[in-house]
Amino acid sequence: MTTATDKPDTTDRIEKHFEVSAKRSRVWRAISSSAEFGTWFRMELDRPFMPGATVFGRLTIPGYEHVTLEIQIEKIEPEGYFSYRWHPYAMDPAIDYTAEPTTLVEFRLEATARGTAITITESGFDRLPASRRAEAFRMNEAGWTGQSKKLASYVS
Amino acid sequence: MFAALGDTTRLRLMHRLSTEGPLSITRLSAGSGITRQAITRHLHALEKAGLVRDRKEGREHVFSLDMKRLKVARQYLDDVSAQWDAAAARLKAFVEQDED
Repeated sequence: MTTATDKPDTTDRIEKHFEVSAKRSRVWRAISSSAEFGTWFRMELDRPFMPGATVFGRLTIPGYEHVTLEIQIEKIEPEGYFSYRWHPYAMDPAIDYTAEPTTLVEFRLEATARGTAITITESGFDRLPASRRAEAFRMNEAGWTGQSKKLASYVS
Repeated sequence: MFAALGDTTRLRLMHRLSTEGPLSITRLSAGSGITRQAITRHLHALEKAGLVRDRKEGREHVFSLDMKRLKVARQYLDDVSAQWDAAAARLKAFVEQDED
């Protein structure tokens, strides 16, 4: 798999582009069925994805089952496009995130000779409050991402 | 949107400074259920990281956000980006194991 990373000068948007050897109909089901989405994403979702619906999720990663999130479904265009909004990194039950701006997550599918090209974008980060950005430092403090090493000394 | 719950005190401090503006240690510790000493220690760690700034007002230390904004924003994006890489890899494995 190849993923395209963002231009280094943008802080508003993430884009991932990659190809899978599966038919577009198969990929579409994995994205548009909330049960299948939850399986690979690792969360339990309480209802089907429908345009305009608010879907509640709970992480299924061991040790993090208490983390819940809300997904506001925007558009569903069969086999081509799926989008929703959410609060990225809304992990602290003591903080009320509902007044904060959301980011927009979009999935785009295209049939290719090999299978399906998938483009995932998440945008709107520049509108997030400074504290949300700073959470990256906390993440690094927790030492869980590949990025952690370079900032490990930063917050310790 | 994945799992990472470390110590949340510093995030809460950052959140308050970002929504309420500069605050004294007294204000930050009031009602937090955390001792003044612990709050001070967390604030100093944040200061060392270049995330908050300490200013003396009379006898009080007042803290405010001091984000090297672009740097923090880039780091944030890098982390979210790494999570999407992992999610994309899981999606790929999921649809390819079960091709129909």
